[in-house]
Amino acid sequence: MSAQPGILSKQQREALIDPLVNNNPIALQILGICSALAVTTKMETALVMSLGLTVVTAFSNLVISLMRNYIPASIRIVVQLTVIASLVIVTDQILKAFVFDVSKQLSVFVGLIITNCIVMGRAEAYAMANPPGASFLDGIGNGLGYSLVLISVAFIRELLGSGKLLGVSILKLTTEGGWYTSNGLMLLAPGAFFLIGTIIWALRTWKPNQIEAE
Amino acid sequence: MSQPTTSYTVMFAAGVCLICSLFVSGAAVALKDKQDANKVLDKQKKVLAVAGLIEEGASPSASEVDAIFAEKISAQVVDMKTKQVVNDPSFDFKTYDAVKASKDPATSLEVAPNKAKVGRLPARHVVYCVKDGGACSQYIFPVEGKGLWSTMYGFLSLEKDLNTVRGITFYAHGETPGLGGEIDNAGWKALWPGRKVYKNDGSVALKVVKGQAGDVKTAPHNIDGLSGATLTSNGVTYLVDFWLGPDGFKGYIDNLKSGSAG
Repeated sequence: MSAQPGILSKQQREALIDPLVNNNPIALQILGICSALAVTTKMETALVMSLGLTVVTAFSNLVISLMRNYIPASIRIVVQLTVIASLVIVTDQILKAFVFDVSKQLSVFVGLIITNCIVMGRAEAYAMANPPGASFLDGIGNGLGYSLVLISVAFIRELLGSGKLLGVSILKLTTEGGWYTSNGLMLLAPGAFFLIGTIIWALRTWKPNQIEAE
Repeated sequence: MSQPTTSYTVMFAAGVCLICSLFVSGAAVALKDKQDANKVLDKQKKVLAVAGLIEEGASPSASEVDAIFAEKISAQVVDMKTKQVVNDPSFDFKTYDAVKASKDPATSLEVAPNKAKVGRLPARHVVYCVKDGGACSQYIFPVEGKGLWSTMYGFLSLEKDLNTVRGITFYAHGETPGLGGEIDNAGWKALWPGRKVYKNDGSVALKVVKGQAGDVKTAPHNIDGLSGATLTSNGVTYLVDFWLGPDGFKGYIDNLKSGSAG
């Protein structure tokens, strides 16, 4: 994006880029952990979940930002939730129609995007106070920041847990006559906890300003 | 902005709700046909998977599934009251929805209270027979029953002796992912083949037990429990008991064994 400074303003660029590393929703804001544990045993589900969340966050930010000057403050959270819930239901319907198998594996988690703190958090913290363009990009940025962590975790979990990437065998399992004994911990939710913890530790070692003040 | 009036707030909320509901229902209506087609295809794939005709999780196209179905599977319509096979050429097993039929009093039968919590039986049910030459090499029975949160729908396949399990699979349920949802786990499903359904007296003995059950030889009637999912495990026991018992397909199976069901 830095190659085309004319297209996006500084504010828009920051809205898009910042959530990737500097202000990552999972690693710094510690939002959306629940689904990050649940859908990361395989790359495929993680990718679809990432896409779903990115689309929902971007459009909920856009819609709420467009309405921000008209929403009565007393019911703003309800309005935000209504918009988010509608977008999530439509996303779920589209997944069921076009990628049925994946939507079955994601089961309840697509619906749970509604309660994912990232979507609501960005709507309340950013879209309510910023213009639509920047809000849309902030949504995409936060979605991508979430995706980055989700996909890294899924990559490690699928590779070490099932010896596969996107369902293609990479490390041949002993159960199938190969040499690799799969790491069962990676298939269980605690495996993701350890990985996310490690990612947060690595990120904060790299960027010490992310460490919370005592 | 200044403090909005109450009527503005109410109108605003109503407007948002109206637009959102139009948006959601529009999407639901527009995509319904495609979703229904997916569900039918998914169910057919599960039938083929439990029969071992395609690999679990494989994604053959709709036309491939139709071709395998036409070649290998013959659907038998069973009258759940008489437990006899019905010969009705106009019956379309592909679009027939037993779940829907069981909700309509005109196309369903009452059933005594049971642990599987099956409320009503569809008057007609479809059993799939896998053709091998002229005879059936396995029989695939539809099963359903309550787990912890949801009704679990699946298929149970028996060998031609109508006693040995060939496989089990569930195509719809809402159990907790990672706990009860492990009824979809390939490793757990692999424990089923070879187990025996009936005791010598003809009662259903197959059940999911707590902990490890042992191999087919030492525990022919038991399946490992799912840890953290006792109620789902019990649900599976109850649904097997119901559907292969006297209220379910036991009569049909007996007829088949004695050769009078055709």
